[in-house]
Amino acid sequence: MNDSQRGWFFIIVIVLAAAFWTWLSRVPDSTLSGSRLANPREDFPAPDFTLDHLDGGSTQLSDLRGNVVIVNLWASWCAPCRAEMPAFQKLYNANRERGLEVLAVNSTFQDSETDARNFAGQLGLTYPILLDREGVVSRQYRLQALPSTFIIDRSGIIRTVIIGGPASEATLQTQIEALLNESP
Amino acid sequence: MFPILRLGPFAIQTAGLILILGVWVGLWLAEREAARLKFHNEFVYNLAFTGLVAGLIGARLWYVLQHLQVYVLDPLAIFSPTPATLARTEGVAIGLMAAALYGVRHKLPLRLTLDALAPAMVVTMIASALANLASGDAFGAPAQLPWSLYLWGEYRHPSQVYEMIAALGVLRGWAWWRRQERWRPAPGISFLWVAASLAAARVFLEAFRSDSVIVGEGWRAAQVGSLFLLTTSLALSKFWSRSPTSSDI
Repeated sequence: MNDSQRGWFFIIVIVLAAAFWTWLSRVPDSTLSGSRLANPREDFPAPDFTLDHLDGGSTQLSDLRGNVVIVNLWASWCAPCRAEMPAFQKLYNANRERGLEVLAVNSTFQDSETDARNFAGQLGLTYPILLDREGVVSRQYRLQALPSTFIIDRSGIIRTVIIGGPASEATLQTQIEALLNESP
Repeated sequence: MFPILRLGPFAIQTAGLILILGVWVGLWLAEREAARLKFHNEFVYNLAFTGLVAGLIGARLWYVLQHLQVYVLDPLAIFSPTPATLARTEGVAIGLMAAALYGVRHKLPLRLTLDALAPAMVVTMIASALANLASGDAFGAPAQLPWSLYLWGEYRHPSQVYEMIAALGVLRGWAWWRRQERWRPAPGISFLWVAASLAAARVFLEAFRSDSVIVGEGWRAAQVGSLFLLTTSLALSKFWSRSPTSSDI
């Protein structure tokens, strides 16, 4: 065997070994994603929570299964939060009948209910404003920066995470469009 | 994990910062390598920079074209600094095409240019692994091992660390190889061996990941793509080692 033949033999052995390993590593998609624990990141089930509304009553996230849900964590003193709220309102008005829900989770533990109420009143927000009084949801969703937005599909899986803001209406609309078209 | 770096009122995504640093170090190394290979090093920097900028702009424009009816109503949203609104695969393709066009226009010798870019490719891989470690992306499969990493609610293979070690190994190998005086490889071979080594590492390490994109009957897309790259790089290295072009030498 000359040098050239030895070289080709070496290449063939490596490629065959790599192909065998690739074949050996096959795995059904459901095995990878099916058993994931709830976590605040893309392709994981959204952590469930129940919070009181600003105007009474409460909402449990898992009760909204079958809808596309936007969970937006905000505070009244946060300027980018204020800037993006009208976009959520427009989005909610335009897509509610297609199955869109918006949950604006106020970080009440670092804000105040009075300020949150004034904020919602000034901007004329009609979607549910939830109060995270103990910071439970902020911990569950590992809040690092305000605002933070989680877009959840109809089966309860987080599909997009947007840290910081303000997010534009166009950005949000393009992110939810495909999810709204998925069957419940 | 440190996904966010807080600087006063600003929240900076650590992964993005690490990637930018990695690209910067990579380009610096590419310039040095181009100088060692004795051709115009500023062209290599400009080629990589052209590819990066074109890739970024292309990724955003492609995304906008896919959702044109939305952006027509709000054109300023095109400038929104959201990574979610980038068409990544198309961006990479556009960046590569722009870099290739730049190279052709300035008549850069293909094989030497690729050799100069080889260290940039490895450093970018190291930065990518570090960025994934910071953000928690590219996470490993659940595993109870002494070196497992607790991530996303479970002990997992530290796949990001595996990838960083592999890329560091390739960088070490490349640095050792280029110092060898006795054996001077033909132009382009250095790049092809680096590409083959990185592809082989990806084929092996992808099996320990839990976020693989699956195609067909359970095949991991990254493994299949890397297998193709590995085969092509090794085969091409045989041909290029036999037939260096006169313009490249």
